[in-house]
Amino acid sequence: MSWTFLLRRLLLAIPTLFGVAVIVFVLLRVVPGDPIAMLIGPGATEADIAELRRLYGLDESIALQFVYYLRDLAGGDFGTSISMRQDVMELVLGRLPVTIELCLVAMLVAVGLGGAMALAGAYWRGRSGEAAVDGAAGFILAIPDFLWALLFILFVVVFALDGLPISGRIGHDVAFRGATGFLLVESLLRLRLDAFGSVLLHTILPALALALPLAAIVARVLKTSINEAMTQDYILMARVKGFSRARIVGREALRNALVPTVTLTGVQFTFLVGGTVLVEKIFSYPGIGNMAIDAVINRDLPLIQGLVLTFAVLFIAVNLLVDVSYALLNPRMRHG
Amino acid sequence: MAEAAAVTGAASPTGGTARRLLANPRVVLGGAVLVFFALAALFAPLIAPHDPVEQDLLLQYVPPAWSDKAEAGYLFGTDNLGRDILSRLIYGARVALFVAVAAAAAAGLLGTALGLLAGYLGGWVDTVISRLVEIWMAFPAVLLSIVLVAVMGTGLHSVIIAIAVIDWTRFCRVVRAETMAQKQQDYVASAVTVGLGRMRILWREILPNVLPLLIVLFTLEMGIAVIVEAILSYVNLSLASDFPTWGGMISDGRKYVNQAPWLMILPILCVIALVLALNALGDGLKDALDPVMRR
Repeated sequence: MSWTFLLRRLLLAIPTLFGVAVIVFVLLRVVPGDPIAMLIGPGATEADIAELRRLYGLDESIALQFVYYLRDLAGGDFGTSISMRQDVMELVLGRLPVTIELCLVAMLVAVGLGGAMALAGAYWRGRSGEAAVDGAAGFILAIPDFLWALLFILFVVVFALDGLPISGRIGHDVAFRGATGFLLVESLLRLRLDAFGSVLLHTILPALALALPLAAIVARVLKTSINEAMTQDYILMARVKGFSRARIVGREALRNALVPTVTLTGVQFTFLVGGTVLVEKIFSYPGIGNMAIDAVINRDLPLIQGLVLTFAVLFIAVNLLVDVSYALLNPRMRHG
Repeated sequence: MAEAAAVTGAASPTGGTARRLLANPRVVLGGAVLVFFALAALFAPLIAPHDPVEQDLLLQYVPPAWSDKAEAGYLFGTDNLGRDILSRLIYGARVALFVAVAAAAAAGLLGTALGLLAGYLGGWVDTVISRLVEIWMAFPAVLLSIVLVAVMGTGLHSVIIAIAVIDWTRFCRVVRAETMAQKQQDYVASAVTVGLGRMRILWREILPNVLPLLIVLFTLEMGIAVIVEAILSYVNLSLASDFPTWGGMISDGRKYVNQAPWLMILPILCVIALVLALNALGDGLKDALDPVMRR
């Protein structure tokens, strides 16, 4: 892959990031009303309001506020959280590993489940097996992740599946405080299998809820691409050679069907990341999504701003990774 | 077969379209469920057996009618404050459908206007609008809607504005692409030759041709709006929690899920049924209505 491509793609992310920063600024400061109204209680006096305005630099002109805002962002200064009285950047970075691990587990589940569905659908092409896969994908996709999350909780409660935790990230009886926040990886590396098992068990349901819509999309796109690949000449060649259908679908066609799937699922992966906001809240999972809802409820303006920006950066990063992996996978681009 | 249908459609445009719509099971089924919810919403005061906000603390957690401990007159039971679930579901349909229609219309209006302009004018207008769409897509929609409503204050108007502000991009992208395709057609060239103004061509010539696509997008957007309203009322940012919304009922149900699981299941089923119906209707309309997508 050419370095110029990578460099150009990286440079293109800069104006997008800038646009994101502008929109967050406009949303929180210019659009109706007063951010101070989000901060104060009903009993605040005029003097309190004036003091707060000064404290947050809101007594300056909008243009000047914008300059200060950009300066702070460029320096990595997201301000201080009002509800937690801590540096926003620190708070966000402390919770970020939780969400990243959850998303990666969800991604693995989605790719595994979706891939299996796609292969099954392609294997039984034109038979009831394919229709069943299509129907299942359509049904899964119609229900958003947060409703899946609630359905899982209902399922656990109704069928009294006490072994499956529906809140938190690790059991209270497990004494394991990781140094990094990446509890799954860390507990595994330190061979603390009890902690690993506990975190994994707590992660299964939220990850599955996040994964289902993506799995359905993977299943659809991959199946279509495999079916398309199956009409190519080299497949005929493989048949002539006498390879089994399982091998043709699973090896020859799959390899060529991967490129379009990676591109499409990568874009959809951003929706999965966005879904953590509610799914983490529903499962009391301590990541940045959960934190975001609390920040909104507490009207914690600096924290909201920091979290929205963090999510936007995650989205842009995922899109960047997708483009790069697309270039790596596609031979035409690799040599271009 | 598609060509045959197109030929019949050409012979009698309206009759052919109506026949195609009624022959599509997804349109019929999705439409029927939508009509069912719409009727419940419209005639809520006549149908609902109880006042949806009336509390009766002597009748807390009455289970649904199929349980042994059910009470007569409470088909789906009562909630933690003794309010009738069925009545609350019926009134909740009002909120869901009102938001769905209003938000989809607002998002559609904004997105279509920008999409038409970007697709037809091209040049810097297209660059600016396309770039804006791209930046917009870098935001997590759910978080953005929650933040927007928190800034604007809770209430239905905030919910509707939030959905429109976030989802206009869905209309904009599709309408832009379709307008660019339509612009290449002969009828646009003729209109230019005849000397029609740009805005007149957009409004009188291109828009009608984009309309079938818009109807499909509108239906699908209604489904999204139902979900977003449920999300916002779940995190308590839609209507006051006293007034019945499906999301609010789900949120209440989550709190009492151990005592009364039926509190949560029924509103979830309502959301799923309405969203599935709108998706089926949208997909069916896509197949039946729009010659471009049918190809």
